[in-house]
Amino acid sequence: MTATAKAYPRRWRRPATMIPDPRWRYGLYAAILVYLVLAIGSVEVNWMRVWDGLDRGWRFVQGFLQPDFTSRWKDIRAGMIESLTMTVTSTVAGVLISVPIGIGAARNIAPRAVYYVCRGIIAASRALQEIIIAILLVAMFGFGPFAGFLTLSFATIGFLAKLLAEDIEDIDEAQAEAIRATGASWWQLVNYAVQPQVMPRLIGLSLYRFDINFRESAVIGIVGAGGIGATLNTAIDRYEYDSAGAILLIIIVVVMFAEYSSSHIRKWVQ
Amino acid sequence: MPVTQTENGPVWRLRTPRARLALWAGWFALVALTVWCWQVMTRDTIWLFVLDAPQQAADIGSRMFPPRLAYIERLLWPLWDTINMATLGTLLGVVIATPIAFLAARNTSPSLLIARPIALFIIVASRSINSLIWALLLVSILGPGLLAGIIAIALRSIGFVGKLLYEAIEETEASQIEAIQATGAGGAQLLNYGYWPQIAPAFWGISVFRWDINIRESAVLGLVGAGGLGLQLQASLNVLAWPQVTTILLVILATVVFSEWVSAKVRHAII
Repeated sequence: MTATAKAYPRRWRRPATMIPDPRWRYGLYAAILVYLVLAIGSVEVNWMRVWDGLDRGWRFVQGFLQPDFTSRWKDIRAGMIESLTMTVTSTVAGVLISVPIGIGAARNIAPRAVYYVCRGIIAASRALQEIIIAILLVAMFGFGPFAGFLTLSFATIGFLAKLLAEDIEDIDEAQAEAIRATGASWWQLVNYAVQPQVMPRLIGLSLYRFDINFRESAVIGIVGAGGIGATLNTAIDRYEYDSAGAILLIIIVVVMFAEYSSSHIRKWVQ
Repeated sequence: MPVTQTENGPVWRLRTPRARLALWAGWFALVALTVWCWQVMTRDTIWLFVLDAPQQAADIGSRMFPPRLAYIERLLWPLWDTINMATLGTLLGVVIATPIAFLAARNTSPSLLIARPIALFIIVASRSINSLIWALLLVSILGPGLLAGIIAIALRSIGFVGKLLYEAIEETEASQIEAIQATGAGGAQLLNYGYWPQIAPAFWGISVFRWDINIRESAVLGLVGAGGLGLQLQASLNVLAWPQVTTILLVILATVVFSEWVSAKVRHAII
């Protein structure tokens, strides 16, 4: 009796949460350690340059805390107008284009050939980052917000059409069948069975994409596609950290406002 | 559902006249806004450049093909740098984001009045600013190189990981936490035995997901001087070496597809 009581473990250890086999677990730990040593070893850091930069970093922090909205206000205002108009037009254009593509990319209502073509368009749009598309489009269409508008519209297609297609594939089949049983044509099926089911989510996704497009519009300006990004790039190149801080604060405020209002509209729609 | 009485009996409609009018006005406002924005935006557009875009596209296209595949040899080292930038940046971001997530979650935050709003502001600020902008800033502060890229990736990851993680923490089951608390566990033990087992799958899933996104982003961070593949892209673009640009784009594409495959596999295994 005493022997068994002694053998009973007095301490309890929580079982591993992810990988139960200790050999695999420790093997993974070792692999991660080796990788980290190699990776950190291959990062070359010029510590003198970093040390010099700390002073500038501190000036940036000060600029962020005491932003200067006034001295570059004309540039900031022009950049913001470009960014906002670009965002609105590209979101609307992107949604208009991605609705037919999204319907075509839904397996349950599109013919097989159309399905593959639409999926191909979506894959092409999702494959490359906005900034690379912006570089190519700026080379083709010249500098300015028009190239940015095209970039954002193109990027919107990949995002929105994919999610819309997945949403259409997930609809309640019973309703579609009920409409089909009345002898409805394909257009009537889309109008009466699919559209009411996906519309709230489509509006929600469009608003979400509006947020994303605004954030991206701040980036593609760096490669010449217009918008607040160009202004920001200039401010940083001139080491005017107080103006840069002001621009960043404006971006943060607009994004927060857009997120807040879009969540309200989404609640109201659904 | 409003009903109007007519001579031929009641007629049902989906919306009241007022609602229909409001809906129509809303759509009209959207169209008007779009048209107005379009006019403001294209005020300075030089349409000559837009009209000859097909020629430009054909010209660039003919220069881009065939890609110069021999250039891949010189891309291997930048590729390694890109992957390191994404991985180390994600690691740093996750390490910083985890305590912020615990401060931001309603059930673990030490003070709802001070700590939570600050943590939420950090998350929103980090989420609103793209990693390219962080990199632009950091390159001008720290000088060009991988370090700026790693920190830029980390700063952008904080918001993403922090937001998803704090939502996961808020969804943890309170009864399990209480059970651990009832044994007299301290704060660290509560984290280890109460919260961690519940959020671990979400934690790993979010981290791998963010790593996948970061691979995409780190491939272009070099455009502003933060090292990796983007630096080669910028160099090739500057000398108009379009066949090299094509090769770099293909390498970026392959890397992105690979990282997406890895993250899908890992997330599938976890969840």
